Amino acid sequence: MGAIIESEIATARPNQDVFSAVLQELAAADRQIVAVTSDSRGSGKLVAFGQKFPEQIVEIGIAEQNLVGVAAGLASAGKKAYAVSPACFLTARALEQIKNDVAYSDNPVRLVGISAGVSYGALGTTHHSLHDFAVLRAINNMVIVTPADNFETEQAVRLSAQAEHPVYLRFGKKPMPLLNAEETTFEFGKGRVIKRGSDIAIIANGETVYPALMAAEKLKREHQIDATVVSMHTVKQLDVTLLSELANGTNAILTIEEHSVNGGLGEACASYLLQNGYQKPFKIMGIPDEYTVTGSQTEILNHYGISPQGIAETALQLLKIS
Amino acid sequence: MADKFKVMNERALVQKSIEYRKKILKYIVGANAGHTGGSLSCVDILNVLYNQVLNVSPDAFVSPNRDRYIQSKGHCVEALFVVLADRGFFPEADLDTMCKYQSHYIGHPTRKVNGVEQNTGALGHGLPIAVGTALAAKMDNKDYRVFTLLGDGELPEGSNWEAALTASHYKLDNLCAIVDKNTLQITGPTSDVCNTDPLDEKFESFGWAVKTVNGHDLNELSAAFESMPFTKGKPNLVIANTVKGKGISFMENQVKWHHGVPNKEQYNEAITELDHALASA
Repeated sequence: MGAIIESEIATARPNQDVFSAVLQELAAADRQIVAVTSDSRGSGKLVAFGQKFPEQIVEIGIAEQNLVGVAAGLASAGKKAYAVSPACFLTARALEQIKNDVAYSDNPVRLVGISAGVSYGALGTTHHSLHDFAVLRAINNMVIVTPADNFETEQAVRLSAQAEHPVYLRFGKKPMPLLNAEETTFEFGKGRVIKRGSDIAIIANGETVYPALMAAEKLKREHQIDATVVSMHTVKQLDVTLLSELANGTNAILTIEEHSVNGGLGEACASYLLQNGYQKPFKIMGIPDEYTVTGSQTEILNHYGISPQGIAETALQLLKIS
Repeated sequence: MADKFKVMNERALVQKSIEYRKKILKYIVGANAGHTGGSLSCVDILNVLYNQVLNVSPDAFVSPNRDRYIQSKGHCVEALFVVLADRGFFPEADLDTMCKYQSHYIGHPTRKVNGVEQNTGALGHGLPIAVGTALAAKMDNKDYRVFTLLGDGELPEGSNWEAALTASHYKLDNLCAIVDKNTLQITGPTSDVCNTDPLDEKFESFGWAVKTVNGHDLNELSAAFESMPFTKGKPNLVIANTVKGKGISFMENQVKWHHGVPNKEQYNEAITELDHALASA
């Protein structure tokens, strides 16, 4: 358990492709499921959805504020509305609609941020979403979920269909291998332990869980260090029970996210730990507060150490092992 | 369905408008806050909607088939609360808590108050939500209608125009947007701040059917709403020409009454004027 399986790499699909496939399955059985798009059905992998369910897709055009406002209206009238748009635009341009029309009015829109983080790579900062955890964490009545692999994605989409309150789902573009986790169930607000180890806890989410797991294998192979790796897919509400358990059961905590180091998963963990008396070596890995380096997604992440090598090195530094 | 509310004769409806104005002032003075001018400009519209047009009642407020009213110009909440109280959505005595600590009756509509459809207050939000709600009716073959009230001052918000496009694209003739065109906003004349005229031509070019009425003439308002859809397959826009501060001589067309609160002397003078109007109504 918790090991990377080569065969899984070959069958890996982008999480947003899995989102689309599962949504089609759900839409076939539930006419109230509606995809709302902002000229984003191509990037959201919803072209087939639109062809199969033309009565269950609402095209808004490139107008994200309206996308979210209309989705709120649809949701208020009983539709299970999935507002699908690149995470960068959805959670910045339409933030006031998310705050007021979705969260404050409690219209249960499923906000789906696609091509999140630095998925768009060399398209640059306009297309990166490194702020979305931070801004949405500060808004009451918002569940924030970023699945790590195809299994988590499928489960998250199924759960979101039953949600009675707003949910934000965040997906990237990269094919994600199954993680073969120790924890085989999935629920919002409950972190998923991929593998257990007593030396250090690596708490990651989204597409950073996979390199975290590779780093853990490297640490074991080269340094005999046993790391726990967790997919903390739900940034809010944070699984503080698991966090406490990790703080008690390991010597250091390292968080990793494809997000600004400000206001995301790492700071959420730090806030809880500090306010509850845990004092551990602790480090947040993410995108630093600077003009983001240019390059592909992989190049950007590598630049900031979010790679098996970089994560392993940071873990060693945290444990003061050279 | 609206017919059941039409038992009220025209005189009674006119009297209601005056009573509503008295109550708006009473609760604004009680809260020592409020949007006086705009509440007075839009209250005749709300009177007609809630007493003649909307298929909505406290008993049926949870019905999926009810007509929806979304107040985009949320700051004129006093007019909405006074009308909802009159229609029995909550006891009027609740309004004694307006803007008080832990009251649900705050300076903008919230769903904590029975009868309020959406939490509003940030401008440019009502129309997109109304579009989504009207679209859901079309998708489900339901015959409820959706009304939203906008101020002319909030029209520069781009989200209105995004939603205006969507409304005509989806042929939402079950949607009615009403512009309370009182021509003043907090800085001054709307035409000086950001001119949106000719409003009818703008909306017509966006694919809407437009009617312009005197927003204080209850018959004109009623006739406009009853003639929906104005054109089959087109969303409806009612441009209601109104007077900010309507009904109180010293408040009419005065920017300072946008959110001015009358002092005791001004309040008494206003109530005296409204009582005279009531006596001759």
